[in-house]
Amino acid sequence: MSTLSLRINGKSLSADVDPNTPLLWVLRDSLGLVGTKFGCGMALCGACTVLADGEPIRACSVPVSGVAGKNITTIEGLAKSETQLHPLQEAWIEHDVPQCGYCQAGQLMSASALLAKNPQPSDADIDAAMAGNLCRCGTYQRIRAAIHTAAGKLAKRKA
Amino acid sequence: MNAHLELADDDLRALMRDIEGGAPALPVRAIKIDRRHFLKLTGLAGGGLTLGFFVGMEPAHAAAADFVPNAFLRISSKGAITILNKGPEIGQGIKTAFPLIIAEELDANWSDVVVEQAPVNPTVYGNQSAGGSRSIPSSWDQLRKAGAIARAMLVSAAAAQWKVPVEQCTTRDSAVWNGKRKLAYGALATKAAGLPVPDAATVKLKERGEYRLLGKSYTGVDNRKVVTGAPLFGIDQKLPGLKIAVYEKCPATGGKVRSANLEEIKKLPGVRDAFVIEGNGKPTEVMPGVAIIADTTWAAFEARKQLKVDWDETAASKDSWSGIVKRAAELRKQPGGETVTVNTGSAAEALKGAARTVEGFYTYPFVSHSPLEPQNCTAWNHDGILELWSPTQTADRSLATLSSALGLPVEKIKVNQTRVGGGFGRRLMNDYACEAGAIAQRYAGPVKLTWTREQDMTHDFYRVGGFHSLAGGVDAAGKLVAWRNHFISFSTDGKNPVSGGNLPAEEFPAQNVVNYQLSQTLLPLITPCGPWRAPRSCSVAWVIQSFMHELSAAAGRDHRDFLLEVMGEPRLLQGGLNTGRAADVIKLATEKAGWGRKLPDGHGMGLAFHFSHAGHIAEVAEVSVDAGRRIRVHRVVVASDIGPIVNMSGANNQCEGAVIDGFSTMLGLEITMENGRVEQSNFHQCPILRIASQPKVEVHFLQSDNPPTGVGEPALPPVAPAICNAIYAAIGHRVRTLPLAKEGFSAA
Repeated sequence: MSTLSLRINGKSLSADVDPNTPLLWVLRDSLGLVGTKFGCGMALCGACTVLADGEPIRACSVPVSGVAGKNITTIEGLAKSETQLHPLQEAWIEHDVPQCGYCQAGQLMSASALLAKNPQPSDADIDAAMAGNLCRCGTYQRIRAAIHTAAGKLAKRKA
Repeated sequence: MNAHLELADDDLRALMRDIEGGAPALPVRAIKIDRRHFLKLTGLAGGGLTLGFFVGMEPAHAAAADFVPNAFLRISSKGAITILNKGPEIGQGIKTAFPLIIAEELDANWSDVVVEQAPVNPTVYGNQSAGGSRSIPSSWDQLRKAGAIARAMLVSAAAAQWKVPVEQCTTRDSAVWNGKRKLAYGALATKAAGLPVPDAATVKLKERGEYRLLGKSYTGVDNRKVVTGAPLFGIDQKLPGLKIAVYEKCPATGGKVRSANLEEIKKLPGVRDAFVIEGNGKPTEVMPGVAIIADTTWAAFEARKQLKVDWDETAASKDSWSGIVKRAAELRKQPGGETVTVNTGSAAEALKGAARTVEGFYTYPFVSHSPLEPQNCTAWNHDGILELWSPTQTADRSLATLSSALGLPVEKIKVNQTRVGGGFGRRLMNDYACEAGAIAQRYAGPVKLTWTREQDMTHDFYRVGGFHSLAGGVDAAGKLVAWRNHFISFSTDGKNPVSGGNLPAEEFPAQNVVNYQLSQTLLPLITPCGPWRAPRSCSVAWVIQSFMHELSAAAGRDHRDFLLEVMGEPRLLQGGLNTGRAADVIKLATEKAGWGRKLPDGHGMGLAFHFSHAGHIAEVAEVSVDAGRRIRVHRVVVASDIGPIVNMSGANNQCEGAVIDGFSTMLGLEITMENGRVEQSNFHQCPILRIASQPKVEVHFLQSDNPPTGVGEPALPPVAPAICNAIYAAIGHRVRTLPLAKEGFSAA
């Protein structure tokens, strides 16, 4: 066990854990941030996707020691504030994307990384960026539509 | 067979019948509501109107519960309208749909409504299970009356205040109106609470033309929480001092623990305890295994990797898929099975006399449910009560199952419903809850049992695989005259087919062809099976609708014309299939898809229809296949008659999801077992469809005046045959083995 300093959603936090523990379980069990989901434990489903310095990573397969010093963003930190959701979150609600909803935190994190780099993605760009996120309920059609809507919202905010 | 491994007790069998049945267009577990069962609850702080059902309870008993607000509806004097959702939210949208039905009859503004999850109390709420697309039909009248009774009381209160007859009052926008003057529901709540409850049989329900809310699109009531990562799911439960448990069972169903390295495990970092649980030998309750309790999930998972168990596999499953496939190949040579279920006319004679005959041997695999939230349950034995937080599809029935598994009276068990990260039928079973309960009975403090993905995939109640040896014939005019099906399936008890492994006598096309024979052979099986989205229909619709297309192709007929001819005159068949409603959706799907239009080379269009779960649904798929058998499904048109729609967005979502689930499953999913062990363990061997391969799904609803039914399931069965019929149209290859990957197909 060792005490690790982490920067999560803009806050400095510390956790007393085995440094080999996957980031996922530090978030969920030690820090109580349960929005990031456990799906497979093998980086196959994307339910645990978070951002490390803006890059999507699968928290179930990254040891927490590997992200020390990086800025981690989880689904709990995606919205600017209680009153201002990320355009992707707004679009997800407008398109009624979730069915069971379990994969959606991971989907949103992957989509946010995409829009940060590519504010006007094509369908093919979306397919490539979202390829690592499974949705067992089959909400892909709405995910794609919602990403386009969010891209439109972002463009308006900047204009 | 080992009697102790027998899957289904009577209650479970009843559940299977309920959720597999396509038949009843009316509620099977309809709840009779009469005046004395309809009580109001008052005494809320601040005053207000609360209305609850007490089904099967005498008013005297109910009166004791007057201060417990376990009801459907609460209107505070400040105007807040709270509607409780009684059903499990498993992704089918019931937490939005149920309250919408109440709000419609109440004439509330949807924006004024706050939805809360109801406690688990079947005595108060009736059915609290989600399965068989039966949520809407089984609760439709109950919920409408809940809203209508409240509305009637609010109207009475307003009429009394204005001193006008109730006939001069109307309701809209969460208020009672008399001409231009209005009284908001909140202002009437306390007064209404003092009025007698009207007889449920006398309150007027709205005609469909009067609906203001139903049929439009609403976003899910918990969507904001979902997209912000709020703790909603079973696996998200937090309690002070919560520990994590893992539970290891024999990889072959039925194995018992001889010994395990418990002392070694207990010394591992973060581990609090480890012990053997004998269980009661029922896969649906608690099978033998080893529990490990640790401080964190990671510590528990790591300790599990060090666990060494010596399993006694004397009575364990030796099931072998390769052995089963061999046996089925021998059996297919026989024209009929052990048991002849239906024999109408003479299929043998008609096949001899037919102008053209076709034979086909169809094989489909076992598949897992693999909901994205692995099985889990939090349990805490405290204050003489075993309390559970369970992501279950059958919250109400889980009480009896837990009672049986744990030897506790139902009164000593409290189940809290959480949101469910995918059901698909897996969570009709409550094995994970029984295991969590058994562990909590031996540990002082709350524990959250968490399965790994590998455990989830290898300890499922699988969609059963099967084989159909078919022969059919058409006459010189190209009319269907003979159909013979030898269905090879499985039995665990040596008598009854396993869940999903039966084919009812009335299943299409039994009543649509003059010479029809259905026979069945049952092979022994121990691997647990259970309902999987659209149980039975999810597999047999592919066989029946594919073979139907083989026959129309042999006859050189247009498949739409052939299928409409087989449906024949509009009539209601035994089992609930209405051939007129079938014809209507077949016509709608083909019209919207542009059936018959010229397609590019390598493209094909396929049509299929299936009736299940009271839903009549036809689908047309347009696919293209390249020389390397890479397949792209460009578009699937769904035409559905499921009666009136509650939430259009939710209904569309279910159909879109069903099409993608259907395609995903037929394309690459299969579970195989050898020596009783399931060979697939994680998503690399269970390649669920990814976003790039999703077809465009287009949904059309007829919205007939027939009673409403759910659509989580009936939209799935036609997908696989529509796609296979389209593959045939594109390249002339008939797919008779699923998944498609077996025949060299992959997603483009």
